[in-house]
Amino acid sequence: MIVNVNRRLALVLCACASMLMASLPRTGHAVLTIRITQGIEGALPIAIVPFGLQAGAQPPPVDVAQIVANDLTRSGRFSPLPFGDLPSRPSEASAVNFADFRLLGMNNLVIGKVRALANGRYSLEFRLFDVFRGAQVKGYEFEAAPDELRRKAHQISDIVYEALTGERGAFDTRIAYVTEKKSAAGSRYALNVADSDGFNPQVVLDSKSPIVSPSWSPDGSQLAYVSFEGNRPRIFAQNLSVGTRQVIAAFPGLNGAPAWSPDGKSMAMTLSKDGNPEVYVMDIATRLLKRLTVSAAIDTEPAWSPDGKSLVFTSDRGGTPQIYRIPASGGQATRLTFEGKYNSRATFAPDGKSLSLVHGDKGTFRIAVLDLENNALRVLTKTTLDESPSFAPNGSMLLYATTDAGGGALAGVSTDGRVRQELAAQQGDVREPAWSPFRQP
Amino acid sequence: MRKGLNSLLLLIFSVAFLVACEGTTGTTKDESSVTGGSSSGTSSSGSATTTAAGSGSGWTGHPLDDPNSLLARRTVYFDFDESVILDQDRPILEAHAQYLSQNPGAAVTLEGHTDERGTREYNLALGERRAVAVRQFMSLLGAAGQQLRTLSYGEERPAAAGHNEEAWALNRRVEIIYRSK
Repeated sequence: MIVNVNRRLALVLCACASMLMASLPRTGHAVLTIRITQGIEGALPIAIVPFGLQAGAQPPPVDVAQIVANDLTRSGRFSPLPFGDLPSRPSEASAVNFADFRLLGMNNLVIGKVRALANGRYSLEFRLFDVFRGAQVKGYEFEAAPDELRRKAHQISDIVYEALTGERGAFDTRIAYVTEKKSAAGSRYALNVADSDGFNPQVVLDSKSPIVSPSWSPDGSQLAYVSFEGNRPRIFAQNLSVGTRQVIAAFPGLNGAPAWSPDGKSMAMTLSKDGNPEVYVMDIATRLLKRLTVSAAIDTEPAWSPDGKSLVFTSDRGGTPQIYRIPASGGQATRLTFEGKYNSRATFAPDGKSLSLVHGDKGTFRIAVLDLENNALRVLTKTTLDESPSFAPNGSMLLYATTDAGGGALAGVSTDGRVRQELAAQQGDVREPAWSPFRQP
Repeated sequence: MRKGLNSLLLLIFSVAFLVACEGTTGTTKDESSVTGGSSSGTSSSGSATTTAAGSGSGWTGHPLDDPNSLLARRTVYFDFDESVILDQDRPILEAHAQYLSQNPGAAVTLEGHTDERGTREYNLALGERRAVAVRQFMSLLGAAGQQLRTLSYGEERPAAAGHNEEAWALNRRVEIIYRSK
């Protein structure tokens, strides 16, 4: 009896410790390194000057200008001037000599200042200039705690990106992914969440059993996923700031493919409790299930349209896996893909006008985009075992899982196929990327 | 049983023959070895049973542990994106179904798996369909529903590493795992 109590106490202590670990900030450490492998010809030249620091003060823990330069480089759409090639390093508007930057062919210039405040926080000021007009385009001032500086840097990148491309930036976002470390003792699986540049990785679930299908809640506060703990698949929803989780589905058979509705009130999922895999929508508050599909075939991998009015899913009711669309209220499913013998795991682009999916053709599995207006299918990747495409919330890039010589790896490709990125994990297989929604500032 | 008896008789005859031969050398020491021979004949009657088992029909251990039985084979394989049970694997499933119908206390988990190609959730569904196909086949042959549990790991737990057809063929499978014998 005493043993039991002690064991329960030990479990509680473990839970607290792991929650504590998850909430500790680990600044500056990247497990994923992201490298651009193909950029756009004629990427926009931009000069980013290292931010000015006040003399004699403790320098901030991160190099803000470097983070902004890395973000813009990674997008493939900007070509920042190396710091060593800068003609001057102004940190005040009055000190800028535009002619110097014009001579180097720079379209734009970013300068800034970091100042330590008496309360331990930092004040951050930055300006974006149009070099040819010699005029300021944007100017902002932030205040941040030391461990918030990386995030502020990403927000500066978002402001610069939007001002110069007209498209909202997605640097201040996060990515979730699953890692597997193999050893003689068996595999160890982890669900991780990192910043969009691979920094600040945090393990949110560590398990001896496989973890699949992470899915972000629309407000970015929770992750749903499938875990095989106890040798059965169950869907969980985990609060990322607190670390607590709840079981969403634990029916007999499959419990898989969770997908939060855009309003966050429902979750689509695959259950086989009624005999074979079917798509259901659960009202999260009441746990009431509505069955959407009726077929003797496999129906799975539901994804919501951005307006929440319809879903796409994978079904092999026609003999091979293909993508179908069905109203969220139920009814007739319409087939969307006709090219190739294998099309699966579709997700909507944020504008709802296209789908990303896995396209199997002649033994290769690649990421493709299907234009819903003209039904054109465009294959974006060149490798052969690609899966799990996930759109950036601004629709500019797709993250996906691929297999290279080292095992499972992540890669990124712009939706026009012009920019390519490689995300290398320091150890183990990495897979199942899921890009977060935009974060609330 | 009859075969066992024959072997036993054959063995006793051989020992008697051996003793007779040795007897021709004619030493008292060999006389004592006759006693020894007769006692070795007794122990040989025990080993005679073993000889019969070696011939394939008299396993005395648990039937599930007999390495020469179809029951020792616990994995059946599938073609890509298919859940049709292959002719080559039917005898294996028949043997397990028969065992389960004769042993109502026994129970298995039918674990469905796929190769790595295609998407993970589709593969979880495909692995389940394979496990369900095996369950239906075994239940038609007399195994009871409560003896047959299905579980799919999709592509999450490959049996063979490697990204080629050889590995993929080994990974498209259903494993029969005995939860109780």
